[in-house]
Amino acid sequence: MSDVALPNARTRSASPLLLLLGRLVRRRLVLISLFILLIMLVAAVGASWIAPYSPRRMDIAHRLAAPSAAHWFGTDEFGRDVLTRCMYGAQLSLTVGFLVVIASLTCGTVLGVVSGYVRQLDGLLMRITDALMAFPDILLAIALMAALGASLTDVVIALGTVYTPRVARVARGATLVLRELQFIEAAEALGASGRRVIVVHLLPNLASPLLVQGTFVFAFSILTEAALSFLGAGVPPTSPTWGNMIASAQEYMQNASWLILAPGLCIVLTVLALQAVGDGLRDALDPRLRRLT
Amino acid sequence: MNPVLVEATDVTVSFPSGGGMLRGGRMALRAVDRLNLSIAAGEVVGLVGESGSGKTTAGRAVLRLLEPTSGVIRFEGADITHLDKPALRPLRRRMQMIFQDPYSSLNPRLKVRDIVEEAFVIHGIGTRRDRPERVAELLGRVGLPAEAMERYPHEFSGGQRQRIGIARALAVEPVFVVADEPVSALDVSVQAQVLNLLLDLQRSLGLAMLFIAHDLAVVQYVSDRVVVMYLGRVMEVAPAEAIYRRPMHPYTVALLEAVPEPDPAMRRPLAELPGEMPSPFAPPSGCVFRTRCRFAVAACERIEPVLVEVSPGHSKACIRDDIL
Repeated sequence: MSDVALPNARTRSASPLLLLLGRLVRRRLVLISLFILLIMLVAAVGASWIAPYSPRRMDIAHRLAAPSAAHWFGTDEFGRDVLTRCMYGAQLSLTVGFLVVIASLTCGTVLGVVSGYVRQLDGLLMRITDALMAFPDILLAIALMAALGASLTDVVIALGTVYTPRVARVARGATLVLRELQFIEAAEALGASGRRVIVVHLLPNLASPLLVQGTFVFAFSILTEAALSFLGAGVPPTSPTWGNMIASAQEYMQNASWLILAPGLCIVLTVLALQAVGDGLRDALDPRLRRLT
Repeated sequence: MNPVLVEATDVTVSFPSGGGMLRGGRMALRAVDRLNLSIAAGEVVGLVGESGSGKTTAGRAVLRLLEPTSGVIRFEGADITHLDKPALRPLRRRMQMIFQDPYSSLNPRLKVRDIVEEAFVIHGIGTRRDRPERVAELLGRVGLPAEAMERYPHEFSGGQRQRIGIARALAVEPVFVVADEPVSALDVSVQAQVLNLLLDLQRSLGLAMLFIAHDLAVVQYVSDRVVVMYLGRVMEVAPAEAIYRRPMHPYTVALLEAVPEPDPAMRRPLAELPGEMPSPFAPPSGCVFRTRCRFAVAACERIEPVLVEVSPGHSKACIRDDIL
């Protein structure tokens, strides 16, 4: 007795997430950025296999050599291959970025959803995040590093602490909007438990704004990690990170500009690409812009 | 007369407002003020009022989606005023809600099948194997094909979405449904379809229904009895045909005069209700309607009118007996 025709006769129904991805890759800038990120990822993951040299192998005879066929990005003051070190640097930077995203998304989402859903805790939790956000990112990160130590784990903890409040803010805001929507009330009217409301109705709808925030946190944490290394507050200077490479290249930048350009470009490209993907995601999610694409 | 199914006695719902950590929430907004309402099994009661009159809050209180500040709510004879969430869960199978906005009332991330099926999952109705069949049957009842199951809400029109919302509410086989302006967000051409569907279902399932609306014409069409609310208070209660034939409260008269007359021969100038609804934070003394009432006298400022039965089943809250 169906007296209503369905909108269209497509056999397969696209989920909202698939539609989103479709809208996303239609943009050229986003596509290029995803390609750059893919290259960085391959370089980082495959560093041990595809890097032309060992990151610590010194070759004093060819120190400070300009870019050539043998050394695409030249060599540094100890004759180490800059391309190789950039690849290992990518490994470290992307690992840090990825772990910080995981840590801050997890903690931030929990904090934000709790504050948005349990109103009694809202005031307290948000004042704490406000206090943390009052510090400039890099200052707070340096202070935390001074207290924690200098291992990779410490960097992740420090940056995770710096970026958790941002995620918490976004998650709280989105939760406050969502909880006013009638499908949440409908679930409550059906007798759904608080846990079910959060897991089935809240979190899946938070996924998109959090995904956007995640890409920005990724970009920021790569930048801040590089700044920490540059200032000597990050992982020990012996590890090849982009920030460490720029720090040690300062003395030679007059004659060997590639030393600073190579890791600098890596940072710039990765961060810009992440930002572009984040922007693209945000636009693809914005219902007002949807019709334009 | 069927036995009383839902009964609200002197129900008041206040919301603290303003406030924050430093100022404290001192001002209270009284959204519903001493509401008395009873709905018999199988009866449709219409609840009308302008926006801000507290009708949605009243509906949510009756369903115990919020806890009233004072008063008693009984459902099937049992006091449910202060039951907590787990204690209310079994009752959720008996009473349901249909929402106003067909866009925000369906979770965009769930397929129609999961939306309608949620009640079965929560209450452990049926087995995983036979649930799709039940969902298909429910969809059929509201006039949607079974293929709708595997689709997402964004693929449907407003009217179709409202049908999905109705199917969800009926999944638990309730005896009482609050329909909160179920057609006001729909195109006029679709309103009648959804309204008729709702009425058909109400009759075939013997549902009791609280039908909330701001449109008197819609309410007259569906209701057995009509309750008129203004600023959180009940102004008049009457059988549906009586409220149109012989309205007793000046506010009801004003609402009726504001309904446009479709027949050009019968057309009269639309009577406007002067002014705006006063702030619910500072309601007028005495009768809350006196500031806009063309029959107001000095006494209206002092005396708070109570609902008085003027003829069987017909009550009004107005001190002037000489006017209408």
